[in-house]
Amino acid sequence: MLTLQFIPYSEISNLDSEHRLKKLLDLAKEDKIILLEGRLKEDEETQLIKKTMESINEKFTGIELGVIYPEGKDHSLYNKLRMLLVRVIMGSRGGFTIIGPANIIKEIKKDPDKIQLFTKEQKKRK
Amino acid sequence: MFDGFRNFFDKLFMNLFKGKKKIKLGLYGPPNGGKTTLANKICQDWLGEDMGSVSPIAHETREIQIKEQITIKSKGKELSFNLVDTPGIATKIDYEDFLKFMDEKTAKTRAKEATKGVIDSIKWLDDMDTVIVVLDATKDPYSQVNLTIIGNLQARNIPVVIAANKVDLKKANIKRIEAAFPQYKVIGMSAKFGTNMDGFYETLISMA
Repeated sequence: MLTLQFIPYSEISNLDSEHRLKKLLDLAKEDKIILLEGRLKEDEETQLIKKTMESINEKFTGIELGVIYPEGKDHSLYNKLRMLLVRVIMGSRGGFTIIGPANIIKEIKKDPDKIQLFTKEQKKRK
Repeated sequence: MFDGFRNFFDKLFMNLFKGKKKIKLGLYGPPNGGKTTLANKICQDWLGEDMGSVSPIAHETREIQIKEQITIKSKGKELSFNLVDTPGIATKIDYEDFLKFMDEKTAKTRAKEATKGVIDSIKWLDDMDTVIVVLDATKDPYSQVNLTIIGNLQARNIPVVIAANKVDLKKANIKRIEAAFPQYKVIGMSAKFGTNMDGFYETLISMA
């Protein structure tokens, strides 16, 4: 049975980066698919990959990660840089982040406006 | 905020290659995009030797590799740098994926080394002066690993060029990569067959 857990941004907004990532990774290790409101800071996304690699063993093989967010129609350089700086400093409530264990999620496919999540049959590890 | 903009443009236009004795040019990207094939092509063209081994099995490069003092030349100009080939960045590594190519013990060792390789690649991000993100032009460019790597480089003010590799393959689609990353220079190439290497070298030098 698949478990999808929604996490509102308010639930992680007061946590520091280390605890945010730990919370998300711990849920993924429990075979839950996380639907997070908003997205992590740029550096947190990279640190999430790093922490995931540190956690990999024969049973936990990693995560699938997908982020979808509205870019808006203002594609000016100023707006892009402004949005980037806001994200670097604060993270963002806009859009959604999907994180799930790689033993359950086969692939997350994206184009700019939609996201598809493909699951696979769960293998039993020895 | 103004300082942030100024630093970004300073780094982009002023410090990219000029005046630095040991520029680090990093090759980053997902596994099997062709980073080491490109590194080998660059090293063969300018040093007459290979940099690392390549394989159709993912995570062949599991350690950071550095080739120092490469000087490339194009149209009367030249550029010197230290080339850093990095292990492919991934969010998952399962030793069972390697089992069809090797025995279980070797597969487990490879998986363990590969996870360490990803960690090292991420640790080295801050040390890069410029990064070539090597993408397989036949694959979906919107994968989160690509977006995370490039977003991170952007946040760190590290100039980026995207190498759309494997254009010799039928399914290659450079336009899809250009559409995904409109703010970056995308160079279509085949590192394996040396297609458009002149254009690649010219682009690197023109950024200096």
